[in-house]
Parts: sequence; C-alpha cells; structure tokens
Amino acid sequence: MVTSIEVRWHGRAQQGMVTAAKVLAEACLLSGKFVQAFPEFGPERMGAPVRAYNRISDEPIRMHCQVTDPKFVLIADPTLIGVVGLTDGCPLDAVFIINTSKSAKEMRVALGVKSGGAKVYTLNATQISIETIGRSMPNTPMLGALAKVTAIVPLDALIKNFKEGYSKKYSEKVIAGNVTAMNRGYNEVKGE
Amino acid sequence: MAITGTKGATGLTGNTAIAYAMKQINPDVAPVYPITPSTGIVEDFSSYVADGAVDTELITVESEHSAMSACIGACAAGARVMTATSSQGLALMWEMLYIASGMRLPIVLTDVNRALSAPINIHCDHSDSMGARDSGWIQIYSETVQEAYDNLFMAVRIAEHEHVLLPAMVCMDGFITSHAIENINLIGDDSVREFVGEYKPAHSLLDTGNPITYGAMTLPDTYITFKHQQSKAMAAAKDVAVEISAEFGRKFGRNYGLFDAYRLADAEAAIVILNSAAGTSKVAVDELRKQGKKVGLLRPRLFRPFPFEEITGALKHLKAVAVLDRVDSMNAFGGPLFNEVRSALYDLEKRPKVMSRIYGLGGRDYKVADAVGAFEEVLKAAATGRVETLQKYITL
Repeated sequence: MVTSIEVRWHGRAQQGMVTAAKVLAEACLLSGKFVQAFPEFGPERMGAPVRAYNRISDEPIRMHCQVTDPKFVLIADPTLIGVVGLTDGCPLDAVFIINTSKSAKEMRVALGVKSGGAKVYTLNATQISIETIGRSMPNTPMLGALAKVTAIVPLDALIKNFKEGYSKKYSEKVIAGNVTAMNRGYNEVKGE
Repeated sequence: MAITGTKGATGLTGNTAIAYAMKQINPDVAPVYPITPSTGIVEDFSSYVADGAVDTELITVESEHSAMSACIGACAAGARVMTATSSQGLALMWEMLYIASGMRLPIVLTDVNRALSAPINIHCDHSDSMGARDSGWIQIYSETVQEAYDNLFMAVRIAEHEHVLLPAMVCMDGFITSHAIENINLIGDDSVREFVGEYKPAHSLLDTGNPITYGAMTLPDTYITFKHQQSKAMAAAKDVAVEISAEFGRKFGRNYGLFDAYRLADAEAAIVILNSAAGTSKVAVDELRKQGKKVGLLRPRLFRPFPFEEITGALKHLKAVAVLDRVDSMNAFGGPLFNEVRSALYDLEKRPKVMSRIYGLGGRDYKVADAVGAFEEVLKAAATGRVETLQKYITL
C-alpha cells in the first residue's frame, strides 16, 4: 500500500474544516508533496457535524476512497465528543489535537483514548482566533498547532502559502491576523 | 477558490479545474443551470465572465432542458458552446441530447457524475451519464482532477473534428473528484489556445451567404441515411480520439490512450472499471502483485464510441475478468460496462470468464478491500475456469 499520511478534521459547518484541509494541502503541495483534500458532505446545514480529510504523500496518490483510519485527528468543536466517532479507526499511535480550554489530560479521558502510544494535545483556538482574527475561526490556530506537534508541514510553509495564496482574496489585516493566529497556535498548543 | 500556482503544480478541485479549463478555452456561449455537485464549475466560470476574463456569453436559463436547448441554438448559429451538469440535470436534458447529436453539433459538456433519484441522493454514481450512453454523444471518463482537466481540451478537438462533428461529454466522479483538491499541472493559456485553435464552424445558421437547414423533417426516404452518417461519424471518433490524444501527449507530456491498462500485459485476472475507483483498484493490484498474484486493471477512457476491438485485444489473454459498474442497468443482466465488455469478447475463440459486479451506488465508498475482494473472486474463476456468481452487488 502506498504510504501516505492521513488526516481527519472534525468540526461543525462554518468552522472552516474544509478550508483547513485545503490550506494544509496547499502548504504541503508547496513543499513538493502530493496531496488530497476532500470534504464529506451530508445534509448541509449550519452547525451540522462536518468532516474533511487529507492525504499527503511523497508519491502520487491513487486512492480515492474515504480516509477511515487516520493517524492525525483535529477536533475543532469539543461538543462533538459523544456525538460523532472522533476516534473511529484511529491507530494506537494516533495524534489528537482539540480546540478547548481544557487540559490534554482531561481531553484524553473525555475522548476515551486509552492507548499510551496515542498523543493528545489541546489549545484554545477559539480564543486565539477571536483575539487575532476578530471572530471564531478555530481552523487557523489549529493549523499552527499541527505544524508544532507533527512533522507533516513546517510552520513557515503554512505561513508562506497563506501569504502568497490568499493576499489577493483577503486584506493585509486579515492575512496578518491569520499569520498571528497560526503562530500562537504553534506556541500555545500543549499536550501529553 | 484561489488558484495558487507553485513550481508547475497547483492544488485544485475537479470543479475548479474544469472551470479554469473553460476559461482557457474561452467558449463563445455557455448556457448554464447549476446543480450539485457540478455547481462549482458554473460558480467559478460565472466569476470569470463577470471579471471580463473571458468573452463568453453566459446564459442563465430556467432549467437544464433550456440550457441544452440554448446550447443547440447557439451551436447551430456557429458558436463554440460549453456547459456542465449532473444527475437530474442531465436527465432533464434528455430529448435535447439527441437533438444536439442528430444535428451534429459539437457541444462540449462536463457531467459531474451523480446518482439519479429516487431516492434522492447527491453523491457519485454513473447512472446519469450511462443513461445517456446511446444518445449519440462522445463520452470520455476521467480518473483524476488532472485527467478531467486534460480531457476537456481533447473533447473540444474530437467533437469539432471534421470527420466527427458530434457533441462530447467529459465525465468525472461527483464529490470524489469534483470536490477533492489534488495536484494538477496547468497548461499555459497560449498553449491551450494553440491546441484548441480558433473555432471555425463547419456550418452556421448565421452564414447567410451559405444558407442551410437544421432540424428538418425527414421521412422514411432520408431519416435512416442521416442516422447511418451519424453512426459512421461516431465510429470515426475513435481514430480521431487516438490522433488527438497523441498530439496532446506530444505537446504536454501526458499520454492518454483509448483506455488505461495497469499491470495488464502479464496478468491472468483483471478488473475493468471507470473513473476514480480505478485509482483505488490500482492500489489493490499492487498489494496483490506483492503476494505474487497476477492481477491487472483496464480503465476505459473513451466509452462512446466503445473501442471494442482494442479492448478485446487488451483482455483476450486473461483467464477471468470482473467488470465493475457504478450503475445498474436495471436490465437484470449486469451493468452497462459489463454488457459492452462481455459482448466485445464474444467473438474470441478462447475468451476469459466475465462477471458483473455493481458497486458504489449513490456514493457508497469503494475501498481497497472491496477491490481486493473482487480480485479474489476473479482469481478463483481464473484458477477453476468457473464463475460462481455471474452478477451481484458489492459494497453493500
């Protein structure tokens, strides 16, 4: 089987999960990787649980099925715990990054992660995004956190991609806010 | 979606890539009526129109039936015409599809494959385009975002070729391809312009110096002659597709044939399958090859016209074949691709065993394990010379 990194993003509609997967894919592509980023659509409505996925590989990716056993899981909304299968299919050495004000230790219990090989990280991405971007966009600080705790993509590649790819779409102020959010996510994520 | 070019490679969804290809082709007229999951194509393309990035006249209509009607009118007037749709949208175009092909109008349509109602479902299967398989449209299927993008340019050339003059449909999988970002290499605008060329219509209603009639009444003395000519044009589209694909390969370095053969030459058992699921099946081929199993895959690209001689040639050495359809013909004898492949192999004196498998309807996931399961059944048939179950649904 082609070895590729697989990522699953959990959130609710409007929390930017599809965009997060897109931005991660673009940054990895910029670093010379082969990428996939795709959402899972159900009935679309505000606040509905949403999943998005990434595959990132050094080889061309031919697989076009869903991601079912991701090593990396990012959870933008802790109210999804107990609502959707956040740990479904995850390997024993999975990495969970959760947007919450609570500690990693508390979240490990809440998620029911028993494997000692699994890592749990938390950051208050909602708070960070309100302070840096001016509204709740937890996806951006979570990307920074992902760069810190995994080797998937370096922080500077994320920032470079964002500055280069989105300067036409967003104002300088919005770009600067997002870059600060990524940096703070990188610096403030804590885990066990 | 912003198009962020990086060292030749870009990350785009299938819909964004098709809209970008349409921008590069810059058709004269695009009558549109958006429908999930092809909506993104129309959204992006209408932005290009609004921004003045193309000269296209975008006609927003009140239904897909009207969209295809407007395509027919504009194309008969001498315009290069493109549109996009999915599922019920293609179904609503139905009677107009036959009029477009009968009038020999080289309209190019992207069909983002989606299931047909009922029950309602927005996800991928091939019910929509397979229902149109006898409508006289050329059909080209695409495994990846890159291939869908490339196919659109080739479709324009094949459709407009003087030996063909038939409408063409480029198909890609709804959501799986249309909404997934993948690596893609874009072709420069100048190269696209050079490849597709300036459109010089063979006939034009607006050319009053050479008056012609479209859509005339034909009686039993002439109708069959028109259809015979149309049938010959469809057959000719195969050779034209080979020629155009070769030219595309020479110019842009990506080589496509009538079909994609993967580890097939020395295989004993194979799967025949369309579009994105072929990629997943190739992963299964590699896994089984590591275990020493002689398996391979054939993915038709050109489905209409169906290149039966070439496909027979590529499959004749096999002991067994499973044809996987992402649609059921509801004919109680297997899917449409199965029927074509099995029929094509009939004239061989020694032919492979052929079985039908229906998979992935309404977006049901088709995993590597599903492909492995199908291969195991084909391998068994290859070993025993017996097919246990001729047809069945998988991924249930």
